[in-house]
Amino acid sequence: MPPLIVYNTILYFMAEQTKVMTLEKVVVRFSGDSGDGMQLSGTIFSNLSAIFGNEISTFPDFPAEIRAPQGSLSGVSGFQVHLGSRKIFTPGDKADVLVAMNPAALKVNVKYLKPDTIVIIDTDSFKKEDLEKAQFATDDPFGELGLTTVQVVAAPVSSMVKEGLAEFGLDNKSALRCKNMFALGLVCWLFERPLEGAIHLLESKFAKKPGIVKANIKVLTDGYNYGNNIDASVSTYRIESKKTAPGFYTDVNGNKALSYGLIAAAEKAGLRLFLGSYPITPATDILHELSGRKELGVKGLQFEDEIAGVSTAIGASFAGALGVTSTSGPGLALKSEAIGLAVIAELPLVVVDVQRGGPSTGLPTKSEQTDLMQALYGRNGESPVVVIAAATPTDCFDAAFWAGKLAVEHMTPVILLSDSFIANGSSAWKLPDLDTYPAVKPPYADQYKGEQVWKPYRRNPDTLVRYWAVSGTEGFAHRIGGLEKDYNTSAISTEAMNHQKMVETRQAKIDRIAEFIPALEVSGDTDADLLIVGWGGTYGHLYEAMETMHERGLKVALAHFKFINPLPKNTEEVLKRYGKVVVAEQNKGQFANYLRSNIAGFNPYKFNRVKGQPFVVSRLVEEFTKIVEE
Amino acid sequence: MEEALKYQAQDYKSDQHVRWCPGCGDHAVLNCIHKAMAELGTAPHNVAVISGIGCSSRLPYYMNSYGFHTIHGRAAAIATGVKTARPDLSVWVVTGDGDCLAIGGNHFIHAVRRNVNLNIALFNNKIYGLTKGQYSPTSERGFVSKSSPFGTVEEPFIPAELALGARGNFFARTIDVDLKNTTEVFAEAARHKGASVVEVLVNCVIFNHGIHKHITDKEYRAERTIFLRHGEKMLFGKDNEKGLVLDGLKLKAVTVGKDGYTLDDILVHDAHEKDIALHLMLSLMKDDMPLALGVIREVEAPCYDEAVAGQIAEVQAKNPARTLKEVLMKGEVWEVK
Repeated sequence: MPPLIVYNTILYFMAEQTKVMTLEKVVVRFSGDSGDGMQLSGTIFSNLSAIFGNEISTFPDFPAEIRAPQGSLSGVSGFQVHLGSRKIFTPGDKADVLVAMNPAALKVNVKYLKPDTIVIIDTDSFKKEDLEKAQFATDDPFGELGLTTVQVVAAPVSSMVKEGLAEFGLDNKSALRCKNMFALGLVCWLFERPLEGAIHLLESKFAKKPGIVKANIKVLTDGYNYGNNIDASVSTYRIESKKTAPGFYTDVNGNKALSYGLIAAAEKAGLRLFLGSYPITPATDILHELSGRKELGVKGLQFEDEIAGVSTAIGASFAGALGVTSTSGPGLALKSEAIGLAVIAELPLVVVDVQRGGPSTGLPTKSEQTDLMQALYGRNGESPVVVIAAATPTDCFDAAFWAGKLAVEHMTPVILLSDSFIANGSSAWKLPDLDTYPAVKPPYADQYKGEQVWKPYRRNPDTLVRYWAVSGTEGFAHRIGGLEKDYNTSAISTEAMNHQKMVETRQAKIDRIAEFIPALEVSGDTDADLLIVGWGGTYGHLYEAMETMHERGLKVALAHFKFINPLPKNTEEVLKRYGKVVVAEQNKGQFANYLRSNIAGFNPYKFNRVKGQPFVVSRLVEEFTKIVEE
Repeated sequence: MEEALKYQAQDYKSDQHVRWCPGCGDHAVLNCIHKAMAELGTAPHNVAVISGIGCSSRLPYYMNSYGFHTIHGRAAAIATGVKTARPDLSVWVVTGDGDCLAIGGNHFIHAVRRNVNLNIALFNNKIYGLTKGQYSPTSERGFVSKSSPFGTVEEPFIPAELALGARGNFFARTIDVDLKNTTEVFAEAARHKGASVVEVLVNCVIFNHGIHKHITDKEYRAERTIFLRHGEKMLFGKDNEKGLVLDGLKLKAVTVGKDGYTLDDILVHDAHEKDIALHLMLSLMKDDMPLALGVIREVEAPCYDEAVAGQIAEVQAKNPARTLKEVLMKGEVWEVK
C-alpha cells in the first residue's frame, strides 16, 4: 500500500492516536466531478446506514449543467448524508466527513467544513493542472483556503484503483469509473460499516452487468482495506443503531413518496390515476416514477408542453380519472389559465409544484419557497384553490394523499407545494399501511338526492360540492365549461347577482374544507416565549432549531403548516397564544403576509432567506435566540 | 330493408337556444354533426364534445352529449386527456382557425402526430369573429382587417398542409353549404381510427362575408371544386367533363376528350396511399385548379389512446402487482423486527 500523504496543515493532529468516537449523529458529504459517481456512493452509504438502523436524511446538491468541464468549479456534484442514532430531521449544516475527489470539490465545499472535519482526497487528482482548473494560485490548496485544522486522509485513489483492477483487463476510463467505490470503501471503514450490505446493494444495482459488479466490489474492498491498513490517524465513528418501529422500510426521496401518495389516493378512491406532465427540474422524477407504474394501470404520460400537461389532466378528470399534473414554478405559471378552468368547471385536479429558485429560469436545481403567492393567487378572477405543502421527504406521501383526497371529495384543483430540497432529499420510510388512511369518496352524481332535477351545479348542501357526472354515464350527459353558469339551471349566465353568488359559493366551498382537515399542531413548550412558524420543506431545520434552543434552556414551540388554504380552523387561536411569533420561510415573507391578511392584528417577526440553499440550523438558533432575548 | 337508426339527429340536440348569428355557416355544420352522429349510432352519453374558444367553440352547448367548452387553444389537449382516460368514448374536438392554428397550434400538431383517436372539426372562416374581426392564421397575405388595416404581411397556414406535415393520417375538406357531403365526411372521420381532421370552410356573415364565395357559390362550385372519393376518378365540372392528370411532377386539370386526354388518363383517388406526396398536391390546389373537397387522406395507423392502454395490458400480463403495497414490497425493502 502506498503511504498516507500527510499535509503539514494537519500536523497538530498527528499527535493524537486513532480513536473510535461514539456519536449521536454525523454528516458525510461526498463530492466530486459530476461524472465521478458521488451520488451513487452517497446513496449506497445512506441505504447501508438506514439498514443498519440509523436515522438518515440525505440531500443531493448537483450542478445545473449535466457535464460541466472536468475539474471545474461549476461541475462539482455533491451528496450529503446525515445519520444518527436519534431522530434526524435535516441533511445537516456542516460535514464531519468530506470526500473531495478533486480540488474543485474541496474549494466549493469549504463552507460546509468544521474545524476538525475529516477530508478524504484523491491525491492523483490534486496535481498542478487540477489545481489550476479549480483556480488555485498555489500548490497548497488547504493553506490557500485557510484549512489549517481539518484532518486530511490523502490517498492516491486513482492509481490504486488502476492497480487494483489491473487483472480485470479494463481500459483506463472504465477502471477509473470505479473511483467512487474506493471512496465509499474508505467511508465504510471510517464508520465501521461491514461491506456485506454494500456488496449486496451493488449486486442488485448492476444485476445485469456481472463484470461491473466484480470490479466495483474489488475497488470497494480495496478502499476499505486501505483505510484499515494505513492506520490513519483520524477518528473513526460509531453511530449506534436506533430502536425503530417494527415493519418494512425503504429509502425514499420526496418525489418518489409524492408519486406513491398520489397512487394511494387513487387506489383508495377506486379511480384511475392520470398524470399529464412535461419534463422540468426538479419535478421530472415524478413523471419518471408514474410513467413506470403501468402494472397499476397508472397513465403517466409526457405531453408537448406544460399547458398540455395540465389540460390532458383536466380532460382525464372530466372523463372520470384522478387528473394530476407535475411541474415547477415556471410551469405553474404556464398552467394558470387551465387551473382557472378547473376552478370554474369544479373538477378534481392535483397540480404538483416542486419549487425551485426563481424568478424565470432562476436556479433550476436549488430550493426555495417562492411560489406560495403564485399558488394562492396566480390566476385571473376570483379563483380559490386548495394549497397544501409537504414538510419532509416522507411527508410528501401524506401531503400527496391529502391533495388527491381533497381534490376528489371537494371537486377542486389542489396545488401541492414541494421543493427541490425535500424532493431530492431522502430518508428511511416505513411502508404505509393504507388501511390506516382515511377513505376517499368521489361525490358521484348518483349520490344526488335533492328534490329538484339533477343539474351539473347542484351542490351538496353540507360541503357545497357539486356532484361528479363522469363522461359516459347514462342519464347525466351535460355541458360545462369556462363560462359562468347559473346557480340553479347550470346554463351559461352573465347575470350580475348570479355571478356574485357563484363567486361566493366557490370561495365558501374551499373555506369549508377547513372542517375536513386536521387541526394545526404545536410541538415544544406550551408556555413558550417564542413560537416558530413555518410551512413546507423547512420543517426539519425549524424543528432542529427548536430542539437546540430547548437544550439550551430556552422556551420555544413550533407550529408547522401543511394546510395553507384553507388554514386549519385553530390557526388564529394558536398564533395568538404566544407573545412572540416568528415566521421563517425561504422567500421574502409570503406566508407571513398571507397570515397577516387572514388574522387581524397579527404582526410576527420574520426570518427570510432566499439563497437557494436550505436553512442553516445554527443561523436559525442565533436569530431566534435574539428574538427571545429582545 | 334499411335498418332503422337507433338514434335520430334530434337525440343529439340539446334544449339550448343556438346563439350564432343568423346566416352563420356554423348552423349548417351543427346540423351535419347531429345527422352524422345519428348515422353512427353512438349513444349520446358516450359522446364527448370538447371545444376551445371562439364562435364555433360554443357548439358543445347545442349537443345533448357530454360537452366541455374549455379555454382558448387547448381543446385538442383536453380532448387527448378525455380520450386517453376513456378510449371507449367517441371524442370530438370543435375548434376554429384561430383557436386551432394560432393559440392552439402546438396541441393541434401534437394530437395529430400522436394519432389520438379524435374527430377534429376545424371551422375555417379565416377571421376572428368573437373578437369582432381580426385576421387569422388562415387569412391570405394582404388581407385587410381591424388588426391589419394596411393588409397582412404574412403567409397563411393551409390546414391540410399543416395536418399532413404533422404526419396526419386523415384529412378531409368540406364546405358549410354542402350538407349532404359534410354529413358524410363527418361520419367517415368518426369511423376512422386515429386523429381525423375535417376542415369545414364556413362563412362568417358579419365579419368575413363571402370569403369562400368564389368556391362555394352554386354558380361556379362544380368548376372550382373537385369532390374526391376513394377509388373513383378525379372528375369535376358541371357534367364531370374535367379531370386531373399528372403532368410530370405536377397535377394538371384537363378536359376529357380534349388535347388527346381520355378518361383512362384521369387519376383515380387513393385516399389509403401512405405516401403523402399526391395527397399534399391535391390539398394545395388553388387558382386555376379546383379546390379539393372530400376525404383527401385516410390511412390506417396505430392510435395513441389504444397504444397507451395496450402497453398497460402488456405490463400487467407480466407483472402481477396491482396495489401500491405490492409494488413497494418488490423494491429495496428491509425489515425491522
